[in-house]
Amino acid sequence: MTDTTPRSPQQRPLSPHLQVYKPMLTMTMSIMHRVTGSALYFGMVLVACWLLAAASGAEQFNMVQSIYGSWIGRLILFGFTWALIHHMLGGLRHLVWDTGRGFELPTVEMMAKLNLAGSIVLTILLWIVAYVVR
Amino acid sequence: MDLRTPLSKVRGHGSAGDGTHHWWLQRVTAIANIPLVIFFVFIVVLNIGKTHAEVAACLGSPMVVIGLLLAVLSITWHMRLGMQVVIEDYVHAEGTKIAMLLANTFFCTVLAVACGYSILKLGFGV
Repeated sequence: MTDTTPRSPQQRPLSPHLQVYKPMLTMTMSIMHRVTGSALYFGMVLVACWLLAAASGAEQFNMVQSIYGSWIGRLILFGFTWALIHHMLGGLRHLVWDTGRGFELPTVEMMAKLNLAGSIVLTILLWIVAYVVR
Repeated sequence: MDLRTPLSKVRGHGSAGDGTHHWWLQRVTAIANIPLVIFFVFIVVLNIGKTHAEVAACLGSPMVVIGLLLAVLSITWHMRLGMQVVIEDYVHAEGTKIAMLLANTFFCTVLAVACGYSILKLGFGV
């Protein structure tokens, strides 16, 4: 007689995961797209706090500004802007792929490098502008 | 051999039951985010080092209010769609997954309302 009891999910074989693959730039960039997206997700709390403080009054706004303006605040905001730019450039790559273009390996490799370099350059430029404006 | 019925094929809803709806909205909000996030960053940079009165006046001007409201709407929607995929990919226990998907929706909604209300309050005068 055939055993018809359903198997628990733990007994099913699992397909090989990340650890079996050699790390590559394109793979790292794919992971970074998700990591930066998740970081921005929680980073939006900082944006909400800034807007809430501005809407609440001078006292609350000055408090938030002093926290964001501290060295640790600036470090977090620097990371935030880098994640934002990285995720947006990564998103542009995805939009290109969505049209069915840019799947040739040299193109993919080049776009990954441009994404990484572009995010670093643009973040530094933005912060230079920020310091000049201040 | 194709086991799909003609009706299933023409509907194109797939196993998730909603076809490309999620994927499409992710792209719609992604494209909307490009100009809106650049605008948001521009407004933030413009207000660096300003007093509260100056910032409140800038954030409260009609064009800025409209731009920021659109940005918040598109961003929080995009966030919810993105995190939903992350949860569905990595959380396999059904109960935990549903709880996290609910938390995701609530988190993004609270952020949208908090940001939206703040922007409107600035627009109508603090």
